Amino acid sequence: MKSFLKYREIWLLAGIVVLIGLISTRFPGFADPANLRQVFNDTSILMILALGQMVVILTRSIDLSMASNLCFTGMVVAMLNAAHPAIPIPVLIVIALLVGLVLGAINGFLVWRLNIPSIVVTLGTLTIYRGATFVVSGGAWVNADQMSPDFINFQRVAFLGLPVLSWIALLVIALFFLVMTRTQIGRSIYAIGVNPTASVYAGIDVGRTKFIVFCISGMIGGLAGYLWISRYVIASVEVANGYELNIIAACVIGGISIAGGIGSVGGAVLGALFLGIISNALPVINISPFWQMAISGSAIILAVVLNARGERRQGRIILRKAEAA
Amino acid sequence: MTDTPAPRHIPDRLDKPLSSAIFSWEALLVVIAVAIFAVNSFASPYFFDPWSLSDLTFNFTEKGLIALAMALLIISGEIDLSVAAIVALASTMMGMAVQAGAGTPVLVLIGIAVGLACGAFNGLLVTRLGLPSIVVTIGTMSLFRGIAFIILGDQAYKGYPESFAFFGQGYVWWVFSFELALFLVAALIYWFVLHRTSFGRRVFAIGNNPVACQFSGVRVDRIKFILFCLTGLMSGIASVLITSRLGSTRPSIAQGYELEAITMVVLGGVSILGGAGSILGVVLAAFIMGLVTFGLGLLNVPGIVMSIFIGLLLIIVIALPIVWRRLREGRFA
Repeated sequence: MKSFLKYREIWLLAGIVVLIGLISTRFPGFADPANLRQVFNDTSILMILALGQMVVILTRSIDLSMASNLCFTGMVVAMLNAAHPAIPIPVLIVIALLVGLVLGAINGFLVWRLNIPSIVVTLGTLTIYRGATFVVSGGAWVNADQMSPDFINFQRVAFLGLPVLSWIALLVIALFFLVMTRTQIGRSIYAIGVNPTASVYAGIDVGRTKFIVFCISGMIGGLAGYLWISRYVIASVEVANGYELNIIAACVIGGISIAGGIGSVGGAVLGALFLGIISNALPVINISPFWQMAISGSAIILAVVLNARGERRQGRIILRKAEAA
Repeated sequence: MTDTPAPRHIPDRLDKPLSSAIFSWEALLVVIAVAIFAVNSFASPYFFDPWSLSDLTFNFTEKGLIALAMALLIISGEIDLSVAAIVALASTMMGMAVQAGAGTPVLVLIGIAVGLACGAFNGLLVTRLGLPSIVVTIGTMSLFRGIAFIILGDQAYKGYPESFAFFGQGYVWWVFSFELALFLVAALIYWFVLHRTSFGRRVFAIGNNPVACQFSGVRVDRIKFILFCLTGLMSGIASVLITSRLGSTRPSIAQGYELEAITMVVLGGVSILGGAGSILGVVLAAFIMGLVTFGLGLLNVPGIVMSIFIGLLLIIVIALPIVWRRLREGRFA
């Protein structure tokens, strides 16, 4: 199993290298390390979000509310900053994590205690959280001139050759890698996705674990909220509208099975990078950005087709043979 | 005297006691609808007027048409997130046809055909390649709307013929719009198909246990394929209505409709896990969503705040029966 997973990610990595190669034939500067660092930095937020979504999908759930959570938390943090510029950025980040955690915990509670399917819960909170953004802001925007310079520049400060945003992404990737491969909760998350019934017999509290994964995706949504707002320096109700599907797309391209239990940190990161490279490359090779949506759509379909070949369940084969006879 | 015993009547379905009808999901929806109706009438003097109520129906007929087919699809255990993108693509194709000088009948035909083709594409991917529909349709959602963006960019198609406006703006009789009439007729057809035909029984059976169905000789894949085609077809029809009502096409048309249609279906009591639901519930849910958005609109509540109410309604209506049951059993922790 393990070697098989590796196999899949190597193929994805190879695909990305080929993609970069193809782009370089049209625009030689693209493969330049400085440019690739820029692409990585541009994709940081999507990578972080994809990791948060990954742990949810691994447990056979889905979190459609991440982009709305991002929007709400980003607005709260931006308004706090506009009203009290003296609050230091690390404190704001902690606040963002906590606000996100609360929103994620609401999702998790409804899934855990009331047994409502996660797609229904998060479909509801998707609209509620975005609506709540309107309520707290009164429909007003927070513009760049209302934000403190620290708020905007924190993630842009270069540290050892990389902006802080990239370092945050690397830190989150490392953290997720440790949790998913070296801790009990990580194993539990995989176990639930592979076989929930067997997990119960193995002593895993399935409901509680699902609650925890929604708390994780909530905190990630909150963190991404601050990062997004300070990167694009505008907080409005429209921020990241519809972005939840990009996050899921990154996961799917990264080989994370929507049926749960299959997927890895490396896959989610590479899936996000794939989308990031495409969106960065289109303008420089003179393809209209309007092509991006159709290209990522095709990439998703292609990824599912390729991934499904390895995931076919064995049980059905008898019937398929009988059908053919 | 040979007394042949009268042939015993074997019912198709169990007789339902009256109490189950009173405590059914649909009854709960009727109560909610009446309550919202009453609150709206008190809250705004403009609400209780035939033309206001007629305007109200435009809020849900287009999404409702999609929700009818989506209900069958969800009952069978699949889902289609690409419906709004199909609307956009069909609308774009109609816009292209207008530029080429097509008349109204051709436009309608194109809209419906594009919808059907997109639905068939989804259906093929899901049934032929055995892929999970939620992922496939996330992909085709980007693909279909992406094609609309490639064709249109930031432009818009206008100049639809005058006769084309009837579908989205015309009235059949007095305050009854063509859209409402079409929705009600479609609801009747879908009710008949789902609740009165063997095809409908198979849809329920597939949702409950696709493997057992396969072994019982039900052509699971073929029925699922038909359901995807139907969902595409209804999206095509909805596209004709929306395009006709707005009189223009932008690639961002009908953005977010997929989630609203799914909300209608789930609010209507269809199990998102498949195997249970009714068309009556979906129709009631469509009315409720129309009532909520229109009533709040009359009170000058912005659309984004209305969505909070829709979201809350969705979660509360799903959670209430569960909380209620747990309270009665006394094991709500």
